[in-house]
Amino acid sequence: MTNHWVDIKNADIILIMGGNAAEAHPCGFKWVTEAKAHRGAKLIVVDPRFTRSASVADVYAPIRTGTDIVFLGGVIRYLLEKDQIQHEYVRNYTDLSFIVREDFSFENGLFSGYNPEKRRYDKSSWDYERGEDGYVKTDPTLQHPRCVYQLMKQHYARYTPEMVERVCGTPQAKFLQICEMLASTAPANRVATILYALGWAQHSIGAQIIRTAAMMQLLLGNIGMPGGGINALRGHSNIQGLTDLGLMSNLLPGYLTLPNEAEQELPQYLAARTLKPLRPNQMSYWQNYPKFFVSLMKAWWGKAATAENNWAYDYLPKLDKPYDLLQVIELMAQGKMNGYICQGFNPLAAAPNKAKVLEGLAKLKYLVVMDPLATETSEFWRNAGESNPVDPSKIQTEVFRLPTTCFAEEDGSLVNSGRWLQWHWKGAEPPGEARSDIEIMAELFLRIRERYRREGGVFPDPILDLAWPYVNAARPTPEELAKEYSGKALVDLPDAKDPTKIVRRAGEQLAGFAELRDDGSTACGCWIFAGCWGPNGNLMARRDNSDPTGIGQTLGWAWAWPANRRILYNRASADLQGRPFDPQRKLIYWNGRAWTGADVPDFKADEPPDSGMGPFIMNPEGVARFFARAGMAEGPFPEHYEPFETPLGYNPLHPNTPAATSNPAARVFARDLADMGKVEEFPHVATTYRLTEHFHYWTKHVLLNNIVQPEQFVEIGEALAKELGITNGQQVKVSSKRGYIKAVALVTKRIRPLTIEGKTVHQVGIPIHWGFTGLTKPGFLANTLTPSVGDGNIQTPEFKSFLVKVEKA
Amino acid sequence: MNGMNRRQFFKVSAAMLSGSSMAALGLAPQTALAEVRQYKLARMTETRNTCPYCSVGCGILMYGLGDGAKNAKATIVHIEGDADHPVNRGTLCPKGASLIDFIHSPNRLKQPQYRAPGSDKWQTISWDEALDRIAALMKADRDANFVEKTEGKTVNRWLTTGMLAASASSNETAYLTHKIVRSLGMLAFDNQARV
Repeated sequence: MTNHWVDIKNADIILIMGGNAAEAHPCGFKWVTEAKAHRGAKLIVVDPRFTRSASVADVYAPIRTGTDIVFLGGVIRYLLEKDQIQHEYVRNYTDLSFIVREDFSFENGLFSGYNPEKRRYDKSSWDYERGEDGYVKTDPTLQHPRCVYQLMKQHYARYTPEMVERVCGTPQAKFLQICEMLASTAPANRVATILYALGWAQHSIGAQIIRTAAMMQLLLGNIGMPGGGINALRGHSNIQGLTDLGLMSNLLPGYLTLPNEAEQELPQYLAARTLKPLRPNQMSYWQNYPKFFVSLMKAWWGKAATAENNWAYDYLPKLDKPYDLLQVIELMAQGKMNGYICQGFNPLAAAPNKAKVLEGLAKLKYLVVMDPLATETSEFWRNAGESNPVDPSKIQTEVFRLPTTCFAEEDGSLVNSGRWLQWHWKGAEPPGEARSDIEIMAELFLRIRERYRREGGVFPDPILDLAWPYVNAARPTPEELAKEYSGKALVDLPDAKDPTKIVRRAGEQLAGFAELRDDGSTACGCWIFAGCWGPNGNLMARRDNSDPTGIGQTLGWAWAWPANRRILYNRASADLQGRPFDPQRKLIYWNGRAWTGADVPDFKADEPPDSGMGPFIMNPEGVARFFARAGMAEGPFPEHYEPFETPLGYNPLHPNTPAATSNPAARVFARDLADMGKVEEFPHVATTYRLTEHFHYWTKHVLLNNIVQPEQFVEIGEALAKELGITNGQQVKVSSKRGYIKAVALVTKRIRPLTIEGKTVHQVGIPIHWGFTGLTKPGFLANTLTPSVGDGNIQTPEFKSFLVKVEKA
Repeated sequence: MNGMNRRQFFKVSAAMLSGSSMAALGLAPQTALAEVRQYKLARMTETRNTCPYCSVGCGILMYGLGDGAKNAKATIVHIEGDADHPVNRGTLCPKGASLIDFIHSPNRLKQPQYRAPGSDKWQTISWDEALDRIAALMKADRDANFVEKTEGKTVNRWLTTGMLAASASSNETAYLTHKIVRSLGMLAFDNQARV
């Protein structure tokens, strides 16, 4: 979330799309209710199903799953056509006036530089034009035919209300009503927020859907504003924290990135990430990358990371390609992986195409599962009848299952969706011999290290040299680890202005990332968390819920990254004179000497508002980007592409360009492409989702949840049920190209057929919570049906849009 | 541990409750033959925690038996929303309200277990056996398949063993896990955010 849960109360218009907060985030949704009750806010819900969020909406519009870019692109067209945009904001705080290179083009659904064999773009033309001074050329009048404003207007001219109705199935009148409501927030004193979740992310064009929404918010001047922003409602309690800490195949903590193998030298690696300003007097905060990186290397390798050995740069593995989950399952299925460790993660249920995951796991030599509960993954080798028809005697994988503590049995912090790091305390001992993940990882590491010490082995240096400063080596405490990622001084740090003064003593915790240095004198395991455990102790444990301004920022409750800032880009909530755009919702302002207010300013504290420095300090432009440059795989402007399993077989925006039917830049493995179904055989569009009463694959082990929601079902609209002769409560079989599930049919008015390109399309709803372990009535893993293809940028699987066939069981 | 204020509050409430209900019944406060049953939560240890499910991050209060004395084993008997928490203000959803049954699920794992190649059942093993065997397997695989150089480039990566990290583990677990995994040279490493 750019903003946070309580801040939703400051919104005038709330758009829930690609999510269902009322059911999936009920206690966060109460702030929608608050905004409606006390601010007179209006709620818009756009969803394939009439959800419980929709049931309390002021306006609900149906949409065909996977067509959100058409809808949102249509809103962008509407705002530009009617000129209902926040002019002062977009002129000064975005790239609308920037001029794009002459060789950039978009034709027949493809951007310049496409290579159909590699399914990849040469992105060199996706950039701005530079002047002789090295800075980007701009046209403040916005008249230049190649300025971002003109290119964007031209790009979305095709996204007419007629097109929205044809592709999304949303009636034009409804669509236009929603456009009007969103446009009502273009004035500086009105704000809309967007709440979304995996309903946007789990598509082969997921990242571009989200980008389209962010562009809409920028046009309306809603980013950085209280009650605004673009708000991802994360699905798990610390999925935000694990991402922040970089536990992904290509990341390091704090959104630093692992080197590619071409980056053999440290200076080369750092130069590519130390972004220089693209316009005069911009902050371009990534200029500090070397400080964050060197401090990380000092936290990990301590004294072994020196200036002489490039801070142990060679200890980091170098990438030749992405090793995301889909890639790893492909490698497993090819027999190229030997071992796999699952720490509180159930990939047999959570990754797409269960049959392929099963095949991959069965080819492993060893599998280690660390979990508080008996997951399907740990028992993938067990024959569970029709839902897991395997022969254990043919599966040679050794499986270890290690019992872990759960939340109630450990201290530590989690990062919620609003970026708050909240500390929690242990209340009970774990059952039996269960141990915490920290103890298990530490013990495992110490045993591996001991073997390398004793026996030697291949490149033992990064293992033997890993800093291990914990008092009890086998049991690092959460406190020790939190202090380590927050950061400390390694030597006495002199004041930059007056070297006779010491700002931090050696060993002292740092107050924030501004104190980090690139000379090895500071250690910090995650720069964006720097200061969470500062000189004054553990700020994550703070419990002051006072809200003196009434705007809901509670700066004394827990600690938010970065720098305890509650609303990102909040400098953009004030105008060029430093006055809040909306005096009623005063977030931060310039007091003549410094920035101050109800939040921690996301800006240089003493930079006058009229100096020309832009509010988007992480971007080298200093402003927000409509034109993504080379940042995205598919193109600088989001374009609609059909789901890989499309009910149409073509892209209505580019009916004559087969290459532009589905995401042209998505990586698809040959085997997965062969596993895609066609509409002739699988005529119904399916989408997966959660229920209020269950959480993922966990709560099927929890008695109370099973009492309220005991048996697997699928939701089918009345019209489809009638067509197929299915009655409510009857058993049905739902098949895709990859397998089938059987479940009870819930015949509902909540899913209505849509008319797409003149033909009737039925959508089917598939809740995900059942499997072959747990206390519920046994069921089928829903991912038996889902296709193995990911988003073109981040490889999140397309769980929300695929083809099935529904029939009587 | 924190939360003493709330316990004191309960004690005071319990005393007031006993006084007022006796007055309501018109009883003179003579020799007490029976006392009003003590409010159960008053004798418990209150611990602040966070709901482990979705990312609203609702504050919860866990009430446990066991007073922290040596060898007294705590067990959670009740969980409710934390009224002081700025987001959930004491409320919980159907999932959070059932958390007590997660802690006490009969499907909680209690011992390390091992499934041998081709077997159709678990066998219980000790932590020592399990960790030793896993460490041996990992080292053998790393030593056999670690790539130090390719085409003259230093790459130092280990691709044949991978790891998926959790979505509900603490930052401290996540940080230590990441540190260890990269020291081994592992690249096939993701968390639930990928899906």
